[in-house]
Amino acid sequence: MGRWAIAVHGGAGVDPNLPQQRQEEAKQLLTRCLNLGISALRSNLPAIDVVELVVRELESDPLFNSGRGSALTEKGTVEMEASIMDGPKRRCGAVSGLTTVKNPISVARLVMEKSPHSYLAFSGAEEFARQQGVELVQNDYFITEENVGMLKLAKETNSILFDYRVPLETCSAGAAAAMDSTLKMNGLPISVYAPETVGCVAVDSEGRCAAATSTGGLMNKMTGRIGDSPLIGAGTYACDLCGISCTGEGEAIIRGTLARDVAAVMEYKGLGLLEAVDFVIKERLDEGKAGLIAVSRNGEVTCRFNSNGMFRGCATEDGFMEVGIWD
Amino acid sequence: MGWAIALHGGAGDISLSMPPERRLPREAALRHCLRIGVDALQTQKHPLDVVELVVRELENHPNFNAGKGSVLTTVGTVEMEACIMDGKKNCGAVSGLTTVVNPVSLARLVMEKTPHIYLAFEGAEYFAREQGVETVNSSHFVTPENVERLKQAKEANRVQIDYTQPIQKDGKTENPIADGDGDSQIGTVGCVAVDGNGNLAAATSTGGLVNKMVGRIGDTPIIGAGTYANSLCAVSATGKGESIIRGTVARDVAALMEFKGLSLREAAAYVVEECVPKGKVGLVAVSASGEVTMPFNTTGMFRACATEDGYSEIAIWPSVQE
Repeated sequence: MGRWAIAVHGGAGVDPNLPQQRQEEAKQLLTRCLNLGISALRSNLPAIDVVELVVRELESDPLFNSGRGSALTEKGTVEMEASIMDGPKRRCGAVSGLTTVKNPISVARLVMEKSPHSYLAFSGAEEFARQQGVELVQNDYFITEENVGMLKLAKETNSILFDYRVPLETCSAGAAAAMDSTLKMNGLPISVYAPETVGCVAVDSEGRCAAATSTGGLMNKMTGRIGDSPLIGAGTYACDLCGISCTGEGEAIIRGTLARDVAAVMEYKGLGLLEAVDFVIKERLDEGKAGLIAVSRNGEVTCRFNSNGMFRGCATEDGFMEVGIWD
Repeated sequence: MGWAIALHGGAGDISLSMPPERRLPREAALRHCLRIGVDALQTQKHPLDVVELVVRELENHPNFNAGKGSVLTTVGTVEMEACIMDGKKNCGAVSGLTTVVNPVSLARLVMEKTPHIYLAFEGAEYFAREQGVETVNSSHFVTPENVERLKQAKEANRVQIDYTQPIQKDGKTENPIADGDGDSQIGTVGCVAVDGNGNLAAATSTGGLVNKMVGRIGDTPIIGAGTYANSLCAVSATGKGESIIRGTVARDVAALMEFKGLSLREAAAYVVEECVPKGKVGLVAVSASGEVTMPFNTTGMFRACATEDGYSEIAIWPSVQE
């Protein structure tokens, strides 16, 4: 009989100038979601159910970049993606290009359980969602004023890579100069740090691990662009040994097959969870910035990142609980 | 050390009693594509160029499940996907293409001309037009054989993981629909190559599964599943997409080499034997030091390979010594 553990994240790469109030709101949301997961684990819900319900909560809250509050495409619309994986038997489901589904993570789960496939996207995924009777809304439900402002800013600085780190080579000299000065929106200073992704990993008292990740993707992304979040092995992975959800620079996570690498290092090199995660974050990201949360079947949990901060929280059965943003 | 190349035209339950009129054109295509790839390596083309041009050739060939000859979705349309990756881990992927003649080339453009890795469906089609790649009416990709396959799959009410040989008109059949999943003869196409300097590349392209749901994405465009390359090796997999995704097949070959010190051959054999159920996977792989391997756990795999020291092989079923 194992011990349960759980971790959640709201994205890696945080604006160092994030107003205190926003930091508080984020921590409150993370705490609320963590408590939701803890309750579920205490009532013996399997890990796969726990990660889904926690991510649903994160998707429904507009604070982070998933579901409502998703980053906007270059067209000002929302295209959401998500994936979920169940450690035992490594069953998985993923979706991309959702535009009317209130909770993408639940459609990912339905793909896993109710379709003969592992990954559905765009109109095919929307059609499947409709057939499954999940809750649908208009695309503008997901759009927040804040993100409309962020998109405008991204377009003004002509930056298509509007992740937490703006690559200066894609900006004009003027825009690059503007980066350094304090940017304002609605009179409040904001930065070019855009919100990222959400995720949850859990191991239940039977030692079953699961992982789930959900996102609206990159601000100002090309329509049809798919990131790491729905890709099994990149943004999400779970097996008998562990469950992982990643966040940060999508390209770095995909190239580094980050989530799978943690498990592979445990499986093939015999490292424990903490060592494996440290190894992957240190050695597998090259120039990229990312973070991840992970649990092992033994009830261990860890959050690691090489980015500037990561919204995260974790808890274990023996009473440990922590919510944080910075190092 | 030295260059090496391997390519495949799909793994599956390829009937041992395939008639010559079906077998010969496919063997000829493999031979032709191998020749093109070898010539390119011998003229010092970079492996990334080599795998792209070989896969383009396979896409253009109507007897393999990629580009022209792609299998059909449940609504009778074509949705193609492809992926390309080099040893430095630069990569590009596309899904949901309906008019692009050579999906692998669009994947390369995503890699080289966008800040992204993966574009799909309408967005990918739009990008294709922006880039001016060759596009045609989607009917170009549809072959009568695939229309027949879809019909049979619907009649059997099954998604074919690859697709069976269409039932012969003269009534002589292998009774393909009777076997479990309906493995197919032609799954996906792919190519891996390494040059004398250890530069590696892999590329994979497919039409997916017969009778697949609209919007279904398989293993091919997922980095680490159907396609992968790093400084150790380059891998392209084929078979049941859902199993390959779950087994992170291409990545695991490289991971075993790196973390367990296995050789290319050992790592690939392990993945094919242990990480994916029987009858579901095949792969081709080359290592930085010029080795090549083509294991599969299906009845057969259309494949070909060659190395600088003169070895070459074109085959469908297991070789005698295996």
